Amino acid sequence: MAASADAAQGGGNVDVIGHILDHDSVEVPFINAHHIFDGHIALPHFDPIYGVDLSITRHVLMMWIASSLLILTMMACFRRPKLVPTGLANFLESIVVFLRDEVVLPVMGEGGRVYLPFLLTVFFFILYCNLLGLVPYSATATGNISVTAALALISFAVTQGAGIVNNGLIGHFKAMVPSGVPAALLIILIPIEIVGMLAKPFALCIRLFANMIAGHIAIVVFLGLIIMLQSYWVAPASVILAAALYLLEIFIGFIQAFIFTLLTALFVSMAVHPDH
Amino acid sequence: MDLAYMGAAIGAGLGAIGAGLGIGLLAAGALEGISRQPEAVGDIRTNMIIAAALIEGVALLAEIICVLVVVTK
Repeated sequence: MAASADAAQGGGNVDVIGHILDHDSVEVPFINAHHIFDGHIALPHFDPIYGVDLSITRHVLMMWIASSLLILTMMACFRRPKLVPTGLANFLESIVVFLRDEVVLPVMGEGGRVYLPFLLTVFFFILYCNLLGLVPYSATATGNISVTAALALISFAVTQGAGIVNNGLIGHFKAMVPSGVPAALLIILIPIEIVGMLAKPFALCIRLFANMIAGHIAIVVFLGLIIMLQSYWVAPASVILAAALYLLEIFIGFIQAFIFTLLTALFVSMAVHPDH
Repeated sequence: MDLAYMGAAIGAGLGAIGAGLGIGLLAAGALEGISRQPEAVGDIRTNMIIAAALIEGVALLAEIICVLVVVTK
């Protein structure tokens, strides 16, 4: 048992929320002479442009790393496609084929092939961001509500755009309200449909954000119990539970990317074929 | 201890109860459907995941609000 001043005050403090938030520095090991695991590199800071702070933060950096990794792995695997893929190419191709044959085509029909590149890009970007967040010293870009809001906005734009292109501007908005409804009911129905239209991307945004945040908070809290309780005897249980949660997080990373893609495909197909 | 912490904790628990009931009922229904009609397992699984995601979204919204209560207190 540690008999430090912290313990006398009821345990040490763990900065759980700071672990989740965006910072203007990245954590890097082995560069701090005083503590090998605690080094920081400051990221460039720019003056606000028209009141908008566009400085590079660690989540932006993680997003760039995710995008570069995505481009690099895809180019390495599929620049010269082989008839029978091996290794990573095999794994990625099985995901692509699963999404095409089990998700996009059954949900959207044969017309879904047009949206396949967009949906696959969204899936792999979210997947890479989710999994990159599990690497030590990195951060989860999808655990930032601005990132998920941007993704949801893209999904919203594609949904509305697909509806307008396929059914015309008037036809698209008319199809949101069921036909043959008395005029008096329209006063209630139109606001409900508008709220429903906006609630879909909002739910997409919150779902991805909250799932990513929740898992990471749980891992930090389990590991932080060792520091909070100031006892070595908590460590085995904490580490085992945190490792189990870590594995669950890998699964959740895949599931959330899948759900985002599936729901986007569903919304686009509902906008394209409004009758069902 | 402040009452806000207690409120947030109770809120988180209530959110978990609601989501647990919802996902439990959903899984029960899906498993019954699969056992009655094993050939429809693919369709049932896809629709189950969609419904589970929607239920979970509401629950996570509740949990986020509870976290906000604690953080912004």
